[in-house]
Amino acid sequence: MSNILVFVEQFSGKVSRASLECVGAARAAGGNVCAVLAGAGADGAAADLGRFGAAKAIVLGGGEASSDALAADVAAIAKEEGAKAFLCAATSAGRDLAPRVAALLDSTLFSDCTALSAQGDAFTAVRPWLAGKAIATLTSSAPVFCATTRPNVFAASESSGTCAVVARAASAGGKAKVTGIEAKSGGKLDVKEAPVVVSGGRGMKGPEHFALIEELAAAFGNAATGASRAVVDAGWRPHSEQVGQTGKTVAPQLYVAVGISGAIQHLAGMRTSKVIVAINKDAEAPIFKVADYGIVGDAFEVVPALAKAVRELKAKG
Amino acid sequence: MKIVACIKRVPTTEAQVKVSADQKGLDTAGLSWMTSFYDELAVEEAIRSKEKHGGDVTVLTLGPSEASKDVREFLARGADAGVILKDDQWHARDARATAKILCARIQKAGAELVFLGKLATDRDNGAVGPMIATMLGWACVTDVVALELNGTQGSAKRETEQGIETVAFALPAVITCQKGLNEPRRANLKGIMAVKAKAIPEESFEDVPNQQQVQKVEPPPARKAGRIVGEGAAAVQALVDALRNEAGVI
Ligand SMILES: Cc1cc2nc3c(=O)[nH]c(=O)nc-3n(C[C@H](O)[C@H](O)[C@H](O)COP(=O)(O)OP(=O)(O)OC[C@H]3O[C@@H](n4cnc5c(N)ncnc54)[C@H](O)[C@@H]3O)c2cc1C
Ligand SMILES: Nc1ncnc2c1ncn2[C@@H]1O[C@H](COP(=O)(O)O)[C@@H](O)[C@H]1O
Repeated sequence: MSNILVFVEQFSGKVSRASLECVGAARAAGGNVCAVLAGAGADGAAADLGRFGAAKAIVLGGGEASSDALAADVAAIAKEEGAKAFLCAATSAGRDLAPRVAALLDSTLFSDCTALSAQGDAFTAVRPWLAGKAIATLTSSAPVFCATTRPNVFAASESSGTCAVVARAASAGGKAKVTGIEAKSGGKLDVKEAPVVVSGGRGMKGPEHFALIEELAAAFGNAATGASRAVVDAGWRPHSEQVGQTGKTVAPQLYVAVGISGAIQHLAGMRTSKVIVAINKDAEAPIFKVADYGIVGDAFEVVPALAKAVRELKAKG
Repeated sequence: MKIVACIKRVPTTEAQVKVSADQKGLDTAGLSWMTSFYDELAVEEAIRSKEKHGGDVTVLTLGPSEASKDVREFLARGADAGVILKDDQWHARDARATAKILCARIQKAGAELVFLGKLATDRDNGAVGPMIATMLGWACVTDVVALELNGTQGSAKRETEQGIETVAFALPAVITCQKGLNEPRRANLKGIMAVKAKAIPEESFEDVPNQQQVQKVEPPPARKAGRIVGEGAAAVQALVDALRNEAGVI
């Protein structure tokens, strides 16, 4: 079993789902998982990792909020632990950290992988190219196999093991330091991580009508709102919501596209969703070619009715 | 201040790509090409930085001779020089090799500020920027949506799932550009005429072998045929039933 180092993100003591999935991916590849955690609450989060199959967790204490300082610590730990692989989730923090760690280990990076496997120390990665227009199977001759895992793709593994928690002082001297964060209002789910995404396009006619999209998302409960580029460019929605080749690539359990035509750049960002629903008044819209279920109709009529039906179903349990 | 903006030539986003016959790459015959979307933002921010703080902008690409078209466009927009590290295999290089090759040229240019896209829309690595910074021992801020420079100090806002982070850094630095940072300008006629006949120098470089080996490239799995459950609000119940009973997602 090769040692795999996983950087685990946690927020106020709670491990992120994307990181649990990443630990799951490491375990499924036959790895002996050592986790690294940082930030306030990391101690509590680390203690809980045994349940998910980590054998050891190193908690960096007293650090500063700096990606380059963190990368230096993580790379040093990878060397000390004799890690054959380094993994983290392909979230904004993970995508920011992983290339730096890889560079310090003189290794290339396999970004946003959708499958991983290993034979001994030889790792194979599967990852989309061109936002999913092609799927590549890649092997590595890097000294340490470094990869990020796409959220919502890998299963978190449950285990009955315990995790040995080791404290370590974080190093200082970061070259770039986070000095503040303007948190998103109301703790809204991000499109990349939400199990359900409800997206609206130009068919919504104007920013004021996105209340319908929000309402449908709220009915599902665990949904984030997304958007096509057309409506982001029009200023109707923030670009953090844009799904597609120049937005976010998402792979939720359920993707609902409302008033979105299904341009190739949009499809690239959501075609690996488990189930796709399209609501569009044009029966010829290309979105129906990738949709599992479609309703041909006016969004202004269908969406409120769907929100109501979903709310009723959820209320029944 | 010496500023470098790195651009990559990639297939257009409209392109329907085909896998090559040997299944080891993409069939590039007949593909149309463009500068990667985010690299347009990188060049724009480089030019704006020069306009505000002085200096000059070099557009750098590792790519084929045809990239001279892309480089010339950015010269017309206000960049001062362009360099092509000529490489017909640019698209097949892994992130580390690309970063190492660009790194050497950035050092040679004596740059203090380097702009890149947050990712190249072909291999979608999102890795070359932070790798270059790490190799050089420089500061790096990724996914930047706002940038301010004040002498050798900088402040950038970056987009994360949790919200907008503010990051303080000192030059030299690498910035990777996210949508929202700026609106790239268009070249005006005067600019276009001025660079029309300009030759873009092609240079060789010290090769760096890939650590990534391609075993297989495939088209994405076809989605199984879906169905229209009905028309209008009347179809909602059938949809909800299908989502619960067939798909099991609600
Ligand atoms: C370099 C580049 C990158 C791009 N990247 C992206 C990207 O990342 N993401 C992205 O989404 N796009 C991207 N695009 C843009 C893409 O090509 C399309 O222009 C865009 O996706 C269209 O958005 P839309 O579907 O909302 O609008 P439209 O194409 O205008 O479609 C609107 C749809 O709404 C339907 N409709 C109208 N009224 C109603 C109604 N009352 N009820 C129900 N349906 C209705 C219409 O039938 C139509 O199908 C990119 C383009 C380029 C050139
Ligand atoms: N061949 C290349 N030539 C110049 N710049 C590149 C090249 N490849 C990548 N880059 C730069 O690095 C950024 C990120 O690329 P990547 O890490 O491959 O997604 C791009 O947006 C470019 O700015």
